[in-house]
Amino acid sequence: MSSQTDDELWSAIGDPSRRQVLDLLVSNGEVSASWLAGQVPFSRQAVSKHLVVLERAGLISRRKQGREVLYQVQADRLDQASRAMAGLAAQWDLRLGAIKRLAEAAHTENKRGYAENKSGEGHDG
Amino acid sequence: MPGLMIDRDVLIEAPAEVVWRTITEPDQMSLWFADRVDLVIEPGAHGYMQFGDQGGPVVVEIVDPPARFSFRWNYPSGEEPVAGNSMLVEFTLTPEGDERTRLRVVECGHELRDWPDAEKQRYADEHREGWAEFFDRLATVVGKRQ
Repeated sequence: MSSQTDDELWSAIGDPSRRQVLDLLVSNGEVSASWLAGQVPFSRQAVSKHLVVLERAGLISRRKQGREVLYQVQADRLDQASRAMAGLAAQWDLRLGAIKRLAEAAHTENKRGYAENKSGEGHDG
Repeated sequence: MPGLMIDRDVLIEAPAEVVWRTITEPDQMSLWFADRVDLVIEPGAHGYMQFGDQGGPVVVEIVDPPARFSFRWNYPSGEEPVAGNSMLVEFTLTPEGDERTRLRVVECGHELRDWPDAEKQRYADEHREGWAEFFDRLATVVGKRQ
């Protein structure tokens, strides 16, 4: 998770505009940059920049067809990102589960201690 | 991992003060997080966490008991964690009734420390939805292709 490649992957997906471009590619298969530019609220230049970043991260690939360049998602790489993300989330769920158990046990213990002190005071007094 | 953002939460049947001790006391931290935690809970304090036979430095950012605690780490690279090379982990504790606390953790690669709270919240909300939707859709597409 700490390699240069993974950093590129996460920063590529981290940008909401790039996720939008990626989303369009995921839903529409192989399309051109001009087609993408027609679907998003930002410029054709911005689309081109996003495509470069996504390609560098290995999330999409390009192919020339006649005079057009067509882009499509690399499903394996996306799947890998999605699994890594789910793995990290699951890790935090395990940690939160452990915190919950520890805090609830400590709280029960505190309450019992308090009750014993009180009953102790009662007996003494 | 700039851009990555994880956002999870859990409801705990204990007051915020108890949850606070569980997440900040080094002895307790070693029960749910690293195997060994050398850390003073003060803003700016530098410490160390050991995971198995690997470990890395950690820097405490926000200490606001019993509501907010954050630290920065970049396990397992070993470099000193600063904005840009590391992940920020932020815990938020919100009481829900007398003896119940919602504990939320956000781990992200962005530098959020100097942002106003409202701005941070907006960013987190946008991204949480963005991420969730994105990965839901992705799961569907990837599922179809397999």
